[in-house]
Formats: sequence, structure tokens, C-alpha cells
Amino acid sequence: MSERYSFSLTTFSPSGKLVQIEYALAAVAAGAPSVGIKATNGVVIATEKKQKSVLYDEHSIHKVEPITKHIGMVYSGMGPDNRVLMRRARKLAQQYYLTYQEEIPTPQLVQRIANVMQEYTQSGGVRPFGVSLLIAGWDMDEDRPYLFQCDPSGAYFAWKATALGKNFVNGKTFLEKRYSEDIELEDAVHTAILTLKESFEGQMTEDNIEVGISNSSGFRRLTPAEVKDYLASIG
Amino acid sequence: MSIMSYNGGDVIAMMGKNCVAIACDRRFGIQAQTVSTDFDKIFEMGPKLFVGLPGLATDTQTVAQRLKFRLNLYTLRENRAMKPKTFMSVVSNLLYEKRFGPYFIEPVVAGLDPKTNEPFICSLDLIGCPMVTDDFVVSGTASEQMYGMCESLWQPDLGPDDLFETISQALMNAVDRDATSGWGAKVYVIEADKVTIKTLKARMD
Repeated sequence: MSERYSFSLTTFSPSGKLVQIEYALAAVAAGAPSVGIKATNGVVIATEKKQKSVLYDEHSIHKVEPITKHIGMVYSGMGPDNRVLMRRARKLAQQYYLTYQEEIPTPQLVQRIANVMQEYTQSGGVRPFGVSLLIAGWDMDEDRPYLFQCDPSGAYFAWKATALGKNFVNGKTFLEKRYSEDIELEDAVHTAILTLKESFEGQMTEDNIEVGISNSSGFRRLTPAEVKDYLASIG
Repeated sequence: MSIMSYNGGDVIAMMGKNCVAIACDRRFGIQAQTVSTDFDKIFEMGPKLFVGLPGLATDTQTVAQRLKFRLNLYTLRENRAMKPKTFMSVVSNLLYEKRFGPYFIEPVVAGLDPKTNEPFICSLDLIGCPMVTDDFVVSGTASEQMYGMCESLWQPDLGPDDLFETISQALMNAVDRDATSGWGAKVYVIEADKVTIKTLKARMD
């Protein structure tokens, strides 16, 4: 049975495309919107966490999760695929610490995760991941913020600000207008929430969005109370 | 017959004011027979990072090569120079990987932080246990003698010239009391802007 799957399911089309990856990107584009903005003194990542029924216990499961003390991650696309990548990311980060006794630099973690995602486009019997990741980190050594996107293909990009998931084109256009090089973290959180609001159907509350920030004190997810304060200042 | 004293050899490292020094003897022998008088045990791992590898000579060479391998890949991947403290962890990792069939080396690391130029010295045992000190570290067949010399001669905040004198005297007089060490010495003084290497002609016996 297993010999039948020794070939790669991601094969080239005559036009030179890997169609499975295109489809994976489509899965991402159909997923819940997420946004990331790099400020001078930190990075913010945020996502919509709309639940289909009032019976959902919203605060038991999180979409914005820490990978290390100073790096956090959010995604757009298939939740279960994200869980696998998150476990791998955490393990990779700890392996680095075991060898070097030093926290993994964000670009190094991103390269390793992107490598994992690439493996799944060139291995037998597996499919590409149906998620794009936004990884936000603070480099203690260089004293600077990082924001990266990892795609199902294994490609990664460093962003000043970006949007993923549903309506990401509009999101990015919105960010292009609103972003400035010297934006501070407080404003960036504000702008991130506004960007999410652009594609939000219905009333945005502290229970149906999640926000995480990474700065010199490390990465943390904002409490619902903090999110509520930001929402109040938007009106 | 002890494996660690089969070839003989010693390394000392000392902390100075904004500088470090690392020194080794130059003998390579097979038990009583001296084979070479230019076998250095200190290797450059970066412009301001040096490692001394006294012990079994074959492992001296292999570990130096394997460490450089790991360091080179790190530098290429991370696009930055490795800090001495991080290098210590890499050495520790490499040695512990061979926990139940170790390399017969007791390394000494000396260097300055690539960004802040903060001095750093440490030593490790053959299975990778690190020890960071702020005065001196010794390793080799004349370690007892070196400990005695360092304890008497070392003072804190020595300048590069005084540090050179101190480490040279400590090493030379210690190896003179050991049959399988000596035949010359090499001293590296590492400062923020330069590295001075001096070869000492000592008792050639």
C-alpha cells in the first residue's frame, strides 16, 4: 500500500507551476483574515476569530500563539495544519537553544520553518500545508523587530506590514496608505485592528479577534480587556 | 598509561583588562619520544576567538576541524560572527555528543565578544562540562603546575604587555616541571584592534 505513495504529489504542470501549491494558497486566501505590522519598538499580529455559534467557548483556544519568549505566530488557512507547524517551530527553537544556549534569532527560525514547509512540497505521500504564517519576533541582540510571512511553497518574506487570508488585497492596500516608517507599537495595534475591521462582517468585539505583540519585553497575547480598550478608542 | 598524557601538551588562557591571552607549548611526542617541536594546540576560530585543544593529538586535529566546520556554517547561516560564549556551547555540544566514547581533549576558549569586545575565557572537560572564570583557565599534562604558577602570578586588570609577561612566565615555568611538555611556547594576546602572536624559545628539552 505504501509503495504507491513514494512519488511526490506536488508535480510540475506543463506551464511550470506546482498546482498543489496554488491550491494551497487558495485555501489560505479563503481563511480568516490576519494582519501584521512592524513598528519601531515592536511588532503586532492580529487575526479574526469568528465562531460559527454562540455555544463556542471562545477563550479556550487561541490562534495567536507564542513559539518562544520573544517570537509569536498567527496564521490564515487550515487550523489543524497550523498546529503541526507550531509544534515543529517550538521544537526547532528549543533545539537551537540546546546547542547554542542562546535564543533563536527570528530570521533563523523562519528559515527553518520555511524549510519544513518546502519539504512537504517535495516528499512522497504528503500534501503542502494549507496555511500561511505570520511570524513576529524581537531580536534581543540587535534590538530590533522582525515580521515574516511563510507560504505553503516554503517561500518566506520579510514585511513592514502585510495582510493574509480573506480580502488580503484590500487589507494590503489599506496598510500601504496607513503605514509609516516611524510608526510606534501603540499606533500599529490601532492600525492592525482597523485593517481587520475593513473586512469584518458584523460587530467586532474583544471575543472575536486576537492580538499579539512582540517587543523588548518579549512576545505576549493581549488580554480581552486590553483588546476591549483598543476597540473602545476606535469607536 | 593514560590517554590524556600519551602525547603531552598544555594550554593556558588568562583574562586581562579589555584583553585576553592564550598560550600553548609546542611539543608533540609519543610517550617519551619527542616527534615534533612545532605542534601548536591553539586554533583561530574567528578574528577575536581562539580555542586551545590539549590532549590526544589526533583529537586535537579532528576537533579543531569539526569545530571550524560548525562555526563556518553558523557564520554563513546567521550572517554574523559567533560570540565566544556561544562558541563554548558549541564545543560543549560537540563533546557531549561523544559522551560514551569521548574525544580526549580538554579545551580552552579565549576571545572577545565581536560587538562589545568584552573579554571571555572558559575551559571544558572532555565530555563538555563548561567552566567560565574571570581570572585564568589551564588544561594539559602540567595542569597542576600551571594552577600553581597562575595562582601566584595572576592579578586582575593586567594590560596587554603585563598579561603577556604573566602568561608567558606561568606557562614556561610550569612546563619545565613536566617531561612531556615544553619545547617552546606560542602566546596570543587578543585585543579589540589587534592580535599579537609571539613565539617563545624556552628550555628545549
